[in-house]
Amino acid sequence: MVVERTLVSKSAALPEASSGETVAGIRPRKKLTHRFGRDKTLLLMCVPGLAVLITFHYAALAGNVIAWKDYKPYLSIATSDWVGWDNFKVITEGDPAFLGAVRNTLVLTLIQSVLVFPAPIILALLLNSVMSLRIKRAVQSVLYLPHFLSWVVVVAVFQSILGGGGLINSFLRQHGATTLDIIGNPDLFIALLTSQVMWKDTGWATILFLAALSGIDSSLYEATAVDGASRWRQIWHVTLPGLRGVIILLLILRLGDSLSVGFEQIILQQRAVGIDASEVIDTYVFNHGVVGNSWGEATAVGLVKGVIGTLLVLGANKLAHVFGEQGVYKA
Amino acid sequence: MSNVTPVRPDVNAPTTSTTRSLRGRRRGTLENGQQAPNGGERLLIGVVLAVCTAAVMIPFLGIISTSLSTSEHLNQAGGFTLWPDGFHIGAYVSILTGGVVTRALLVSIGVTTVGTLLSLAVSSMMAFGLSRPGSLLHKPILLVLLFSLLFSPGLIPLYLTVKQVGLLNSYWSLILPGLISAFNVIVLRAFFMNIPNELFESARLDGASDWHIFTRLVLPLSKAVLAVIGLFYAVGYWNSFFNALLYLSDQSKWPLTLVMRTYVLDNAQLSQGDLGAAVDALPPQPALQMAMLIIAIFPILCVYPFLQKHFTTGMLTGAVKG
Repeated sequence: MVVERTLVSKSAALPEASSGETVAGIRPRKKLTHRFGRDKTLLLMCVPGLAVLITFHYAALAGNVIAWKDYKPYLSIATSDWVGWDNFKVITEGDPAFLGAVRNTLVLTLIQSVLVFPAPIILALLLNSVMSLRIKRAVQSVLYLPHFLSWVVVVAVFQSILGGGGLINSFLRQHGATTLDIIGNPDLFIALLTSQVMWKDTGWATILFLAALSGIDSSLYEATAVDGASRWRQIWHVTLPGLRGVIILLLILRLGDSLSVGFEQIILQQRAVGIDASEVIDTYVFNHGVVGNSWGEATAVGLVKGVIGTLLVLGANKLAHVFGEQGVYKA
Repeated sequence: MSNVTPVRPDVNAPTTSTTRSLRGRRRGTLENGQQAPNGGERLLIGVVLAVCTAAVMIPFLGIISTSLSTSEHLNQAGGFTLWPDGFHIGAYVSILTGGVVTRALLVSIGVTTVGTLLSLAVSSMMAFGLSRPGSLLHKPILLVLLFSLLFSPGLIPLYLTVKQVGLLNSYWSLILPGLISAFNVIVLRAFFMNIPNELFESARLDGASDWHIFTRLVLPLSKAVLAVIGLFYAVGYWNSFFNALLYLSDQSKWPLTLVMRTYVLDNAQLSQGDLGAAVDALPPQPALQMAMLIIAIFPILCVYPFLQKHFTTGMLTGAVKG
């Protein structure tokens, strides 16, 4: 949810922040004391939000110094010893557990980009060609719903359908067939995660594409129809180009998120399949740091991950500009 | 740009131009003028959508049915059934009349209510405070907000901050760290900026202060967007479990999601002592588990129909401007 909403709001808000002072409601610049007197209510209204941001974002950001410290919970951040770049050795010298987490992360990201990313586009195209508005809306209501469920509920749903005592295996057992070992099977874990993500979020993700679809000028379709274009050629030459902006935006954000896959989802199911098959970078940070007490090392890994993610977004955004797309924001 | 009510009742309604709607739909085309699918394609689309819908509905049907079934029926079915053998609400009675699940439910309700109200208040105040470009410190504050999107502090630094502030093992640790989402503030701000300036000017001429304008004019005009943003915050609080796992070591403070993790996902058995006193016989475990899931889903189902038509508003308000 958050990711999708990022791009829409960002794309609108950032240019404004940097350039457009033409918006209605602009307050002319005057002397400082006068401006303070005039704007003090507005300033006061920002204070609670600012306090939260400064405490739990910027001050917390500064807490990343423990990546260069030997942090011990009974000491404080300030009194723990500096250790230079020692904590980064898990990365530079390739700790096997860390490398395993990186590998799992990349495999999951790759598979999910290929399978999960296009699914809502296809679903939106299907929904868009439903003739009856009533049916279309009913289907949408049902398909949006899983997005609002907690991962705990989603995992429970999958267990009750696919698990050892679940719907499918009970059916197979009653009919004398061999049961399927799906939940808790390390070999199928990636497939399980992917199908859970698709079940939960494909419907919801169609919202953006449907909005983009309804924004396509209908005269384009009429013109191509007059020229004798078939439905498929219309999809190829009108619909997909109309979705290009949204698709590129989402791909950029996806790239920035490529090192974080399904943290909550995996934490819930890790015990059943074991660490080797399920550890990703985010769970490594949690398991190694909070659970395993290697605070400094885990922070170093999280920090490097965050820096790479930010660089990926900035780079992809630059690339989008080079190709003449709007991207997520304009500097 | 200047419409007061950017809330389109439904984005899925055809966005045809006036001429088109007067002319009516041409035969063989969809509302947007695209060629309609032919018979075979239509069948295929129908089948795919039916399968998708069934994939969502069938598990829900099963969860409800299982929660209402007796143990004999469930033993026969193998633990999960798509149709109940009656309407036995023993599972609901026993988890809602006291014990761990009731307590967790109250925690979840409390955190969600307080959190959502606070989040909405702080976000909308900040959004309004930032909605007049050129006001004092407008730009720096906006940048502080926007830069928070670029880089997240990370799990461990955030944990240490919560610890430093003394919120560990307090319900506030579930609320304060994620009190505002920068996206939501930006969406609200974009919405507030869309309100025509003439309204503010006339209110100001009538002697209204900024605070009055906010509470009497802006908030009432923004009910729809506040409802959606409120829903997003509420769903976030209701569904979250990891921050509780991280910050609350005292298990008696755990919210419903974490209790479900213990008793549904990890299959811990609910004994008579964990439940309310009202039942004579312990309802079957699967029924208890599924009843918990229904209780977790129920509030979402309740608000869902009212807010559904506004989803796209909440998602796209920022974009409509651009």
